Parts: sequence; C-alpha cells; structure tokens
Amino acid sequence: MRDALNQAMKEEMARDPSVFILGEEVGAYQGAYKVTQGLLAQFGEWRVRDTPIAEEVIAGVAVGAAFIGLRPIAEMMTFNFSLLALDMIINHAAKYRYMSGGQVRCPMVMRGPSGAAAQVAAQHSQAFESIYAHVPGLVVAMPATPKDAKGMLKSAIRDDNPVIFLENEVLYNLKGEVPEAEYHIPLGLAEVKRPGRDVTIVAWSRSCITALAAATKLAEEGIEAEVVDPRTLRPLDEDVIFDSVRRTNRCVVAEEGWRMAGFGAEISDRVQRACFDELDAPVVRVTAEDVPMPYAKTLEKAYLPQPEKIVDAVRQVMYR
Amino acid sequence: MIREEAFALYRQMLLIRRFEERCAQLYVEGRIGGFLHLYIGQEAVGVGAMSVMRPDDYLIAYYRDHGYALARGADPRLLLAELCGKFTGISRGKGGSMHFYDVPRGNFGGDGIVGGHLPLAAGIGYGIRLKDTDQVCLCFFGDGAVNEGAFHESLNVSALWDLPVVYIIENNRYGMGTSIDRASSVKDLYQRASAYGIPRREVNGMDLLAVRTAVAEAIERARTDKRPTLLEAETYRYRGHSMSDPGKYRTKEEVEEMMKSDPILLWGKRLIEQERFSQADLDAVDKEVLAQMEATVAFVESSPDPPPESMYEDVYVRSPYINMKAAEKDPAWRSAIKEDRMPPTLPPPTAAPAPEARPAAPPAESKPAAGAPAAPNPAEAAVQATAKVGS
Repeated sequence: MRDALNQAMKEEMARDPSVFILGEEVGAYQGAYKVTQGLLAQFGEWRVRDTPIAEEVIAGVAVGAAFIGLRPIAEMMTFNFSLLALDMIINHAAKYRYMSGGQVRCPMVMRGPSGAAAQVAAQHSQAFESIYAHVPGLVVAMPATPKDAKGMLKSAIRDDNPVIFLENEVLYNLKGEVPEAEYHIPLGLAEVKRPGRDVTIVAWSRSCITALAAATKLAEEGIEAEVVDPRTLRPLDEDVIFDSVRRTNRCVVAEEGWRMAGFGAEISDRVQRACFDELDAPVVRVTAEDVPMPYAKTLEKAYLPQPEKIVDAVRQVMYR
Repeated sequence: MIREEAFALYRQMLLIRRFEERCAQLYVEGRIGGFLHLYIGQEAVGVGAMSVMRPDDYLIAYYRDHGYALARGADPRLLLAELCGKFTGISRGKGGSMHFYDVPRGNFGGDGIVGGHLPLAAGIGYGIRLKDTDQVCLCFFGDGAVNEGAFHESLNVSALWDLPVVYIIENNRYGMGTSIDRASSVKDLYQRASAYGIPRREVNGMDLLAVRTAVAEAIERARTDKRPTLLEAETYRYRGHSMSDPGKYRTKEEVEEMMKSDPILLWGKRLIEQERFSQADLDAVDKEVLAQMEATVAFVESSPDPPPESMYEDVYVRSPYINMKAAEKDPAWRSAIKEDRMPPTLPPPTAAPAPEARPAAPPAESKPAAGAPAAPNPAEAAVQATAKVGS
C-alpha cells in the first residue's frame, strides 16, 4: 500500500510541476511512515518540503499555494494532528470558493493515516471520516487496497477541489496487485469488493478488510455476503449500495469511527429510505465502542470492529 | 510622488470614508445585515500600502476589509451590492462585509477568523517561490491577531523559507474591546518579529506617506531578497469594533484626540500646503465622491436578490476526476461548473442626482430612483456578466 501511494505521488509530480508535498518528516527522514521515500532526492526541497511541527501552517500553506494555482499535497503525520489544522480545512479550504462566489479554487490534497494504529492510545488512534464528511466543500476519500490507493490518490491530486485523503496505518503493509499501466480511479465511485447474494456489508478502509474477513467466515456457514466499498464518502456513490441491498434485502454497515453521529448512520439513513420496501430487516451498524481508544491490547481489540462483530451483525439481520 | 497621484490617493481615502459612512447608515436602516466592521480612521494604511503594490501582486486581509478592496480598485457598486446581499455583489451575495474577494486584482479577500489568513499568506508566498516569479503578497491583520498561534507559525516559516510576504499589523489599539495593554505581553508589537529574525518596523499609520515609504521598502525586500517583513502601522478606528459596539471601553476624549490626526485631514492639508491644491479642489472631489456613492446606492437598489438556486452554486469545481453520475445527486455538485466566476466589469456609473437633490431613499424592492437613466441597467449587466463564466 505505501508503495502504491508513493508511486502515485512520484508519477504525478513528474507529470505536473505544480504538484508539491509538504509536511513533517516528508523529506530527509523519508516520511514518518516512509510513504514519501525517495521523493526529496528526485524533486528537491522546494517540492518536498520538510516543515516544522506546526500543523496549522502546513495546512494553511497548502491552501494559500492552491489559491494561486499550485497543487499541494499536505501530509499529516497522522490525522490526529489535523485537529490543530481544522480551522484551515473547514473554515478556509472548504469555504473560500463559496464565500467568494466562485472566484477561488483550492486544488489541494491533505493525506495521511487516520484510524486506529496499534496500542498508541486515545490521542493517536481515532477515525476522522465522519468529521470531514460532514463538511460541504470537501471531498473525502478512503481507499482500502493498494490499487485503489494509487488510482484514487492520482485523481485526488488532479482534482480541483480540496480532498481529504484518509489512509490507514495498519493497511500500509497490505499487499495487492497494482496495474502496470497508467490508470486513475475517479473519486465518488464505489466498488463491490466481494459479490454475494444473502446480505450487503458496507465498509470502507480498514473496516472493508475486516468485512472481507467476516465474509469468509460467513461463507463457511453458507452465508454469501456482498461487501460494498464506497471508497469515497463525499461524494457518496449510493446507487451501488442501493443496488446491492435491493438484491440481498439485508444491510450491515461497519466502520471504525464512533457510533454517535458516525458516517454509518448516514448510509443507514439513506438505505432505509431508498430501499424500505426491499429490506427484510432493519439496517444494523457495527462501529467502534463509544469511548476514547484504550491502550491495553485486549481492550483495544474489544473496542474495534472485529470480523466476529460483523458476523454477529449479519446473523442479526438474517434472524439467525 | 507626482501631484496627480497625491490627489488620487486623497480621493481614494475619501471614497473609503464616504463608503463606510454610507454603510453605517444602511446598516441602521436594516439594509445591511450581519457584522459590519468599519475602516473609518484607518484609511491611510490600506491606501498607502496598496499604492506601492504592483498589479500582479497579491493581498489577503482580515474582516475589516472594505478599504482594501476599494483601494485595490474594486467597483464600489459590486461591494455595496455584496453588503446588501444582492446577486450583483462581488461574491454573489455569499460573503457579505467580511468576505470581499476580487481575484482579478489579486485580492484573496477578507478572512473572518482572527489570524486565520496568515498561514494562507505564507502559502501564497510559497507558491510565488515555487513559480519563481518576483511577485509579493501583502497580508493585513489587526493587533488582535498577533496573539494567535497562526501568527507565530506563519512568521516562523516565512523567515525559515524566505517567503516574499509583507505582514502588516494595523494596530488600532483594541482587539474588539480589549486594549493591547491587556492582551499582549510586549507592547511594541513589531518587536515580536525579532523572535523570528524578521526585519521589522513601526510606522505612523495615520500618515499616508510614512505608510507608503515603509511598505515600499518592505515590498522591495520581498521582491528582491525574498525576505518577509513585519510592519506595525499605528492607527485608530473611530467607530466601534463593529456596528454593535458602543465603545464603552475607551473615553470620548481619547477618540477625539485621535481624530485630530485624521489621515484624510492630514493628507488634505499636505495637498494644499505642498501640492498647490485649494480647499475648493478638495470640496469638489468630496462632492464627486458623494455623487458616486449615490450612483452606487442606485445600482444596489436596482439589483436583484440572489435566486434560490444560486445557494447550491460555487461549492465545488466540476471535475473529470469525480464520478459525476453519483455526485450529481447532490445539488451542490449538480450546480458545479468547471470555470471560476470572476466579478464583472461594469459600465461607468451614469451621472447621479447631486447629493442635495437626493430623493428620500426608496424601499429596497423599488425600481431605481427617478432620474436614473433608462439606458442599459448596470445591475442587469452585472447579473448577465456573472452568469457568464469568467476566464
């Protein structure tokens, strides 16, 4: 996964001189998670800019440079630190086009890992998609596989809107096929990651991988789950979800964020309204527990959506 | 400075003053809503600074932003229309008083968050360096902003990376109602630049020439040496922080004392004493500016409110990298266009009735005042121009 992200940036930077990267440890250190490895040597310090630990100005420099036609990629070492840049993202990147009556555009990407890591406790382990997806003016992308990561990051860099590109630290080592030839995957395009006839599981990013594991277990019981990965939360490709639910008549939504006002509630709301007649059971949500992330390994495991929790939710919607 | 330019700058300051006075009146009449922060008393800073900028330079400012837009050459009709929430407004009625953007003139607007635009100024500076041009960015903010974290983060990286940004504190002594004595551990705000090794200077913000000189020097440093500067312009606002502020935290005497060094008064005196203008010249230009304001109000009165569907416009840019089939279920995506929308250039204002003969202000819905020309309505022209897509 990290190579796929690296390739996407390298190729886009070679293609377009207006693309540049800035963030903490993106250059000389080669990236805190090695996603930007080798880019400094290839493109030089003005296009791969190591910054001080100052998230507000990292985001603000990206926004300002985007206003005058650059295509910045601001790396957040982890999205936990993007809380220090929220004003830049929500009040500036997302709103200037609107407040200016369409005079300004902000073609930037903010990317980095979001979601739980491994035993780093509450301030370093949280899912941010529900917060960013709430904001009009932003695009929110969350790839689950290396192929999606590369193709979607290329789209994010070329797109003229501010894109919040949420990666996942645990998925950085995930292996997968990536096409040799040049390609990109449009944002706002969902994908059925596993076909199935009995139940639809909607899940993205790491939860999608968890859902695929759950689907394998369910298959052993004779239940064929269809796993739908929206890949982008804003804009949301709801038709692929609805089409699936209309075939399976049952729906589970799994996410790594908190339950209260989580993005899964938005999907659940849309599915119940659009597919009311076709549903054989209420939509069931699997989420993180509604507490800050605990440190202890056992508690961390209990906190997160696990394949078993998704399997239980599927049994629930199938009345088994 | 040549004589004609000195006079033109007088007119600019006067236009800002009369514009702001008219705004205050329209606010009281309920025709302008929201927050209204007037620039009265501070005119020399914006006008002086803008007078030494190049047309291709950038500026970004805070919410007390009417003066910058006017000094940079925005059409006052588009600005007042914005204030009155009209579709002909410079931001199509979506920004209001605090958000005057004029991108064709390099104006990235008024930012509503104290200190929130300083990181953006650094970003514009970074972009200039990457593009390798000799442009500069001017960044205006109030004394309240220097206590925000964004100020420190922005100055630090501007010094660290040699960014061509001129940071200008307009020190009007009060961050809303809190005096700098109660808000800043260091009273000479420009001295804060020493923490970042940035050239710094204090300047009398009531003196147009002093502002011009100091800003010109800072711009030159940015353009040639790619070095940022922190300027502190000592100025004063005569009105409250916004229209809802009666200003009870300061004395009447203090305000009156400061009004003695009024920038327009001082510059007018100089025009008479050193540039061979007469009081009659100054009176004539005032009359002309007042007439321009009448034409401006007439334009606004004949301007339409934004159509409801315009609410969904200008959220996103239409893009081949978005799956539009899915996105278009959202009206904001459906309304997205590929291009940017630049403010229109209006036909010159037609002669308005002299201020003395001004009829009572008609209600907002009514047609233009009697005497307004039947010729092409500039407001209609503006709507057509904004409906068309800019470059």
